[in-house]
Amino acid sequence: MKSLAELQAIRDKARASVNIRENAGAETRVLVGMATCGIAAGARPVLNAFVEEVAKRGLKDTMVTQTGCIGICQYEPVVEIVTPGKEKVTYVKMTAEKAVRVVNDHLVNGNVVTEYTIGANAIGAK
Amino acid sequence: MFRSNVLVCGGTGCTSSNSEQIIEKLNEEIKAQGLDKEVNVIRTGCFGLCALGPIMVVYPEGAFYSRVTPEDVPEIVSEHLLKGRIVTRLLYQETVVDENTTKSLNETKFYAKQMRIALRNCGVINPELIDEYIAQDGYAALGKVLTEMTPQQVIQTMLDSGLRGRGGAGFPTGLKWKFAAANQADQKYACCNADEGDPGAFMDRSVLEGDPHSVLEAMAIAGYAIGASQGYIYIRAEYPIAVKRLQIAINQAREYGLLGKNIFDSGFDFDIDIRLGAGAFVCGEETALMTSIEGKRGEPRVRPPFPALKGLFGKPTVLNNVETYANIPQIILKGADWFRSIGTEKSPGTKVFALGGKITNTGLVEVPMGTTLREVVEDIGGGVPDGHTFKAAQTGGPSGGCIPASLIDTPIDYDNLIAIGSMMGSGGLIVMDETTCMVDIAKFFLEFTVDESCGKCTPCRVGTKRLLEILDKITKGNGTLEDIDRMEELCYYIKENSLCGLGQTAPNPVLSTLKYFRDEYVAHVTEHRCPAGACKALTNFHIEADKCKGCTLCARNCPVGAISGKVKEAHVIDTEKCIKCGVCMEKCKFNAVVKK
Repeated sequence: MKSLAELQAIRDKARASVNIRENAGAETRVLVGMATCGIAAGARPVLNAFVEEVAKRGLKDTMVTQTGCIGICQYEPVVEIVTPGKEKVTYVKMTAEKAVRVVNDHLVNGNVVTEYTIGANAIGAK
Repeated sequence: MFRSNVLVCGGTGCTSSNSEQIIEKLNEEIKAQGLDKEVNVIRTGCFGLCALGPIMVVYPEGAFYSRVTPEDVPEIVSEHLLKGRIVTRLLYQETVVDENTTKSLNETKFYAKQMRIALRNCGVINPELIDEYIAQDGYAALGKVLTEMTPQQVIQTMLDSGLRGRGGAGFPTGLKWKFAAANQADQKYACCNADEGDPGAFMDRSVLEGDPHSVLEAMAIAGYAIGASQGYIYIRAEYPIAVKRLQIAINQAREYGLLGKNIFDSGFDFDIDIRLGAGAFVCGEETALMTSIEGKRGEPRVRPPFPALKGLFGKPTVLNNVETYANIPQIILKGADWFRSIGTEKSPGTKVFALGGKITNTGLVEVPMGTTLREVVEDIGGGVPDGHTFKAAQTGGPSGGCIPASLIDTPIDYDNLIAIGSMMGSGGLIVMDETTCMVDIAKFFLEFTVDESCGKCTPCRVGTKRLLEILDKITKGNGTLEDIDRMEELCYYIKENSLCGLGQTAPNPVLSTLKYFRDEYVAHVTEHRCPAGACKALTNFHIEADKCKGCTLCARNCPVGAISGKVKEAHVIDTEKCIKCGVCMEKCKFNAVVKK
């Protein structure tokens, strides 16, 4: 070890792997539906995409976790984003690509991606 | 990127209740479910709640599973890790609010009043991975010291912080460093005392198992402050997990150049080696410890000269305890004022205690100095189990004394404990209830010191032996009142004339129990009675005829056939045959068996 900068570089890189252990009481929670229906519809790549992106962006106070079936199996993979003081946002028919955009638009910049929400995709909605 | 971290306690406590097999099974199941790229299994150090081990914590949810068995693992993997459904039946019950909500660990009674400085990384990081320590600001204190501070400034920070030695005696660490720094020599040493020997104490072991790098970093800081280029960690061979993790940590630190030559390009060289002790209690005494590192028989020598002047190999040496070192990187990073703001004026900071004995939450706790014994025992420790009442707490192991129930509101710090005839000691805290006999406890500790006395000086070698003989006589009901007085006199003689701390403190368990429980000694002598019913020679089991229903349960369970009687008639115990095992008392459903 020759310099503080070198130590700092190792620290920053290692932070990503331990951050997850401190975010248990995080404000914003990303809940990915991982019941049988969710997994069958491809929820796992969605979950992993969220984890990757949140880590890449270094989002503190955001926890990506799983939840069970919420009863709208035809719209799986379903992702809910819960922020205290705001209305819960439910994204449906998610993919890994959509997840990247949700992290960027919604979690980083605070703009809900309306076209992915359940409201825009519900039967009868056009 | 792992989406989930599963932390499994790999401390000695949980390891002895199968946490190794749990980790194996976890890895196996995770692989079988195809989750090995998503879930990271980490073996950590002690979480502290040893009574509920083996412990497993799953992040990001922070679900705290207790008493996990290898058989529970498939369910945890398929339910929680795959489908995100927390396995409620395995959760630590206090964290369960209702079916769908859990509260965080820090809100539970066991953790709420704790404050973790020395244990901050235990149960949080993987101790075998230096990167995780660095992620928690590890080695930043060493970097700061080497690039921004002079050795004098480091010593001044330690003096200002008021940190006192956590090994038991409470000597100011900064002062120790200042003395060693002032002595000129071609070679100096910074050493670590990890020869934790008090029965029931496991603080140092847990720090070394859970966060070994914090000790290495602090030793390098000490080395820089006093001008030493070599350090030794003296650790007992009975701590195999700690030894293994320390060696891994040393190797990783060397690889990263955090030990070795020219650290942080500052021209400062420092390296550390491990020396294993064979488990002699006296080797925890500083001069005996250094004699042992030199390869000689571990016996103490006269002080002065103190180690700061003539220590290891006759060179100026600083020797600090594991827990003392574990505090130091935080003091450097957060400053002396921060540290002073915690604890009491004369004892700043926190203290780690190993809670044991008659207490619900056996385990490891770290509290600010000045926390009362009541808070530690009742709130954090969960009180005395099975409806028994708190009688006394023993601190300081064989060198310490008892704190009776009447002093339970004493704020714990170095000076308060000495004032009431006990001592901080290294941090063992053994809780006793009304079934514990204080004479018997004193005898237990004396047996230990008699065994462990190195034999170099007469007051300790012969004195403790005579003391034990008198105690033995009393617990057998053969003592006299003169014996009690003679014993007291002998105690003071041993205290004043012994060469080292072992002998000087060996009579403390006797003196403090005499101080607070003299009536128990007197009852043994004059009434031939053990009030707690613990001394077998003075206790007889007896069946009360009017309560006995003649169910024969006691007679059928008696291992020596000492109980006779017909069905539905009162039974009788033959005291000649009885071995006083107490099985009959446990089995009787009508409380007909009594101790007399």
